[in-house]
Parts: sequence; structure tokens; C-alpha cells
Amino acid sequence: MEKSATPAGLAAPDRAASPPPPAAIRCRGLRKTYDGKVEAVRGLDLEIRQGECFGLLGPNGAGKTTTIEMLEGLLQPSGGEMEILGQSWAGAGRRLRQQLGISLQETRLSEKLTVRETLRLFASFYAEARRPERVMAELELDDKAEARVGKLSGGQRQRLAVATALVGNPRLLFLDEPTTGLDPQSRRQLWEVVRRFTRAGGTVLLTTHYMDEAERLCDRLAIVDQGRIIAEGAPRELIHHLGGEHVIEAQTAAPAPELAEICRRIPGAQAVWPTAEGCQLQVQRIEDSLPELLWQLQARGIALARLSTRSTSLEDVFVQLTGRQLRQD
Amino acid sequence: MQASEEKTVTAAPETLLRHGRWAGYRGLLWARLLELAREPEVIFWVFAFPLLLAMGLGLAFRQAPVGKTPVVISAGPGAARLRHWLQAQPRITAAVLPAAAALDQFRLGRYDLVIVPQPGGGVLYRYDPSRPESVLARRRVDDALQAAAGRRNRLAARSRPYRQPGARYIDFLIPGLLGMNLMNSGMWGVGFALVEMRQRKLLKRLIATPMRRSDFLLALASSRLLLMVVEVALLLGVGVWIFSIRVLGSWATILLLGVLGAVSFGALGLLTACRAQKIESVSGLINVVMMPMWVFSGVFFSYQRFPRIVWPLIRLLPLTALNDALRAVILQGAPLAAQGGRLLVLAAWGLISFALALRGFRWS
Ligand SMILES: Nc1ncnc2c1ncn2[C@@H]1O[C@H](COP(=O)(O)OP(=O)(O)OP(=O)(O)O)[C@@H](O)[C@H]1O
Ligand SMILES: [Mg+2]
Repeated sequence: MEKSATPAGLAAPDRAASPPPPAAIRCRGLRKTYDGKVEAVRGLDLEIRQGECFGLLGPNGAGKTTTIEMLEGLLQPSGGEMEILGQSWAGAGRRLRQQLGISLQETRLSEKLTVRETLRLFASFYAEARRPERVMAELELDDKAEARVGKLSGGQRQRLAVATALVGNPRLLFLDEPTTGLDPQSRRQLWEVVRRFTRAGGTVLLTTHYMDEAERLCDRLAIVDQGRIIAEGAPRELIHHLGGEHVIEAQTAAPAPELAEICRRIPGAQAVWPTAEGCQLQVQRIEDSLPELLWQLQARGIALARLSTRSTSLEDVFVQLTGRQLRQD
Repeated sequence: MQASEEKTVTAAPETLLRHGRWAGYRGLLWARLLELAREPEVIFWVFAFPLLLAMGLGLAFRQAPVGKTPVVISAGPGAARLRHWLQAQPRITAAVLPAAAALDQFRLGRYDLVIVPQPGGGVLYRYDPSRPESVLARRRVDDALQAAAGRRNRLAARSRPYRQPGARYIDFLIPGLLGMNLMNSGMWGVGFALVEMRQRKLLKRLIATPMRRSDFLLALASSRLLLMVVEVALLLGVGVWIFSIRVLGSWATILLLGVLGAVSFGALGLLTACRAQKIESVSGLINVVMMPMWVFSGVFFSYQRFPRIVWPLIRLLPLTALNDALRAVILQGAPLAAQGGRLLVLAAWGLISFALALRGFRWS
């Protein structure tokens, strides 16, 4: 964010020599209203650089799929402008699609075709395509090459969906929740595929529900809620911006309505949000805040059932930014 | 470990596949044919079902020569004499029953005619004018009795049977089944298949690639045409081979009609499918469109059984046009040129459906 705020002329010297590559995706004021009623996306600005992996993170119904499908040219925006690889959808159309790889949130491919046949079919649409065998090997689908799609497990179908996106040898990859429903091992394997793709110079835009995925995989991400971006930046940056590096999580033995109020008054408390049986507290210096909290609770005779501390994760950023608490304050 | 992985990738640089203009079309057509071949329902409905129907109906309505006519004589004075006379007739079997029982059995269909002897030697026929066999029985019995009573024929007349393929029910049926089959597989093969793909979001996934939309429709149409050739060959082949139907028209003309029928009904299927999101709704729609044609378009019986005043309307239905044209060509050897009106009706349905479908078609 800081970089884009800097005027081009004042950019770092090494970048001044050659002009910065055009953004892979750029959109301004992107809006979508379904049936004149549902405002799914309400003015979105994005700038995704070439070669980066960018994540859209948000709760169900935040507008991630709507956004990504508008960028993919599959959904007509209600307003705003966008440029994909320096071109607009109006003029480029099929030429642009030659350079894109797309995996939708939900596609059920023909069940009667085998994995190899499906990839051959998708490859045939591209002037220059990758060999289905190579893509299958990359996604560890090669032992399922002759299996019908109808006989694949959920995770294997998901990997096939990503394979159909990769087989066209794209420069820009759109993945809508590529790892939902995958087991941990398959997820990591897919992360590796994405990393290899960006290392080779490709750009990725993906959506996800998994914080750890966003944190580890994405160079930058935008947190989307109710059709707006509420935070944007590198994962570490976002956590840092939140203020507290640590989270204290306290659960009381008996319901204690005053717990949240107590936590708020702890010195160094950056943020407080109630949980089902207690409270979460974000602090900068755990060695100062924790003794204070314990002392306060003891003084009021509130017994703890559980107490834990951890370093702040994207999950906390997410809950804090999209949770009810934030908007009520 | 990651580094070594990276190395193996860069060590063997990948050669890309290069595809020409028609690669996408070929890919789609091949995929569609594979899908069809692997769909047992398609094999049954498209190939087995019409054949079974033809065989079943062909057997059920096999036209045997009219058999013996069973008649009953009301018991009473003179009954024995009537029976004696009728027994001499080779094509009449006569029984004698009490009056009430005779009428009862006639009502139940055991007998085609009741003969009531009258005082003074005459007879009274009780028959049902709406039952052809009853009318026939009255004629046969009357002829026999009049001859026995001494009537002389003034005109020398002889008759010789003349039965030829072409006029039998199966001859009527096979072209109708062919038309119906083209309609069914066009509507289901295009309409249903498209909505299923839309429901699966597969259409949306396809247009997210550089695939040409015209290639997609072209591949769908081509797969229909290939299937049509097999359908026509199979049904007519069985007709010729098992039911010894004589195909009088040229096979090229028949194939041309097949193409027109398959394309027109494919377009109609496209129209029914252009917006539906769920296969349930398109199934209903397809049935609503096809139902009137099953009844009115002369598949199983001639539409000339309907009042004459509605014939012009019935002839405007695409299946009527196709069936009439197929019958004229197959059974009468009519040339294509004589089918102008029918071809026009069929083509108009196809063109209008296609134009409307393209305007309203939703890919997602
Ligand atoms: N075709 C549609 N018609 C009407 N409303 C829609 C349609 N598609 C999505 N919406 C609405 O738009 C909003 C955003 O939906 P979207 O699918 O973009 O969310 P999402 O962030 O992808 O959610 P998820 O994580 O569940 O996939 C939701 O409130 C949804 O109900
Ligand atoms: Mg979504």
C-alpha cells in the first residue's frame, strides 16, 4: 500500500531504470448489484502486480466469487472499470482468454469422460497448450489418468479443476476456493503448484476461507466483507497494523458478563472481542498485560477455566475486522 | 527439497502443443461422442426403444385375413332350419341360444350378430352399426340366407386377393416412428444435455476458455447428425429386413429429410433449453412441446381421424410435416421436389427456433 502511494518518479532507484511492468489486474470502483437488489460488490479497487499471488479473503457471501467472476469476464459488472493484463474485456475477448486459466468455485465436469480426456478437451481450446500428461503429473493425477471423472473423490475433482486451468499454459490464474474440501496434504501440494507457477513468472488471484493458506501462500491479500475491501496488504503487514502481536484467550468457569469490560481496562489492550465462553484480548507486551489480567480477575473472584496465549494470526485480524464487535463499536 | 524440485522442472523444458483453428471443434465433438457412447440411457432410448416399439406394434397390429364370423340364432320355431343353412357356409359359425342369452352374449362380443327367426319364415337381424365386424356379419349372413332362400346373382363376379407391402399398419408405423425418434433425440439430446451442462456450471466453465461458442453449437449439431444417420439406418433397416417394408424413395432423399428433421428439432431443443436452469424444468418443457405432436402428428395413427377442419393446423406442426414427408418418400417414392410445403414448415420451425434461441441463450 505504501509503495503504490509513492509517486512513480520517487520510486526506488532500481525500479526507475526500467518502467514497472503493467499490473496484471487493475480495477476501479467495481460494483455488482444482482436483480437491482442485492449489492454483492460495492466499489472495489484492486491492483495486482505481475508475478504475485494475491488472495481475496472473506466470509461467506462477502462477494469474493462475484468479484473474481467479473474480473474473469464471466459476469457483467454494474459499474466500475477493469483491465486484465493491460486489456479490457470489451476489446480483447478470446485473445485475452488464451492467457487466462480459470477454476470456478463449483464446476461439475462431465462424469463420463476420463481425467486425460477432460484435459485433452480443455487443452484443445488453446492455441498453445501444455501436455495433459505434464499437468496430471504436477497435480499427482497421473495414476487416475484413465479414471472417469464421476469416479473421482472430491479432492481429486478439485485438483482436476485446477489442472483444467493450468493446461492452457496461462499467464494469469484465477482460482476460486481451490483448496476447499482438500485434505491437508493435498492442500500443501496445491500450494506448491501455485508457488511453482508464480516462481515461473505467473500471476495468481485466489479466494480462500483458510487464513493459514492466505498467510503462507499469498504475497498480498485483501480482506473483503459485504462487498468492500476492509484491509489490504501483505499478511505480516496486516497483523502488524492490528497493533497487538499476541493474543490472550481466557475462559471463565462460570459466565461472567463483566469479563469483557475488565479486559478492556487492562493496560496495553489493543483489542478485545468476546468468545463463546470468555474473551480474547490482543496485546503488545504479554509480560505486562497477563499479570495485570490475572490480578484483576482474582480481585473480583472470577475463576478461570482455561487460559492460553499465542501470537496473533490472520485469523484474529479477520475476526476483528469482520466480526460483529468491530462494527458495533 | 523445493530447490531440487524446481531443478527437475527446469531441467526438462516443456514443449507445448500447438492447436489450429478447428482443434476446439474436434475436441468438443469427440468428447460429445464419447459421452454419448458411454451413456446407457442414450443407447436404450435412441436405438433400442424405437425398435422394440416397432416390433411390439408390428406384432400386435399384424393384419391377418378376416376370420370366421360368429353369429347366434335366438331359439324358436325356424331356428333349426336357419342353423342348418348357415352351417353350410365356410366363413360363418352359428350357435342357437335362448333369446335373452343370445342378446347378452352379443353384447359381450362373443357373437357379431343375433338372428331372430320371425313368424312366417322371415328373419330379424340385431346388429351394432358402429361395429365393423357386426356390419360384416349382417352382410355375410344375409347373403347366405338369401342365396339359400333361392336368390340368383345376375352379375357374374369373381374376386382375387391383392395384398402388397405398403398398405399395412407397419408400413404406416415405421416412418412415423422414425419421425418421432428424430424429434425425441433432437429435443432431449440438445435441450436436456444443454441444461444439464448449465446446471453443472460446465457451460460457464467452457466459455471461460478461448473456446468459440459457434464451435460448441456446431459440435453439438454434428454429434446429433451422426447419431441421426445411425438412427435412420437402424430403424429403416429393421423395417426392411424384418417387416419387408419396400422403400420406394431414394435413400439420399430420406437422409436429407433426416438431416432437416434432426436440425429443426435440435433447434427446437435449443430453444426449450435457452434459459432453464434446472433439468426438472426443461424436462417439463420438452414434454409439453412434444405431447401434442405425439397425439396429432400421425405417429401411431393417421391424423385424418381428427375432424377435417383441424387438419390445416395439424399440418403446421413440425412432426406432421416430417412424418408426412417421410411417408410420401418411403412408401410412395415421392421426389423431394413434391415436398416443398412440408420442407418449408419444418425449416421455418428450425430457423425461427434457432434465431430465438440464440437471442435468449444463457451460458450460465
Ligand atoms: N446470481 C445471484 N443472484 C442474486 N444474488 C447473488 C447471486 N450470486 C451471489 N449473490 C449474492 O451476492 C452476495 C455475494 O455472493 P458471492 O458468491 O460473491 O460470495 P462469496 O464471497 O463468494 O461467498 P462464499 O465464500 O460462500 O463462496 C451474496 O449475498 C449472495 O447471496
Ligand atoms: Mg464464493
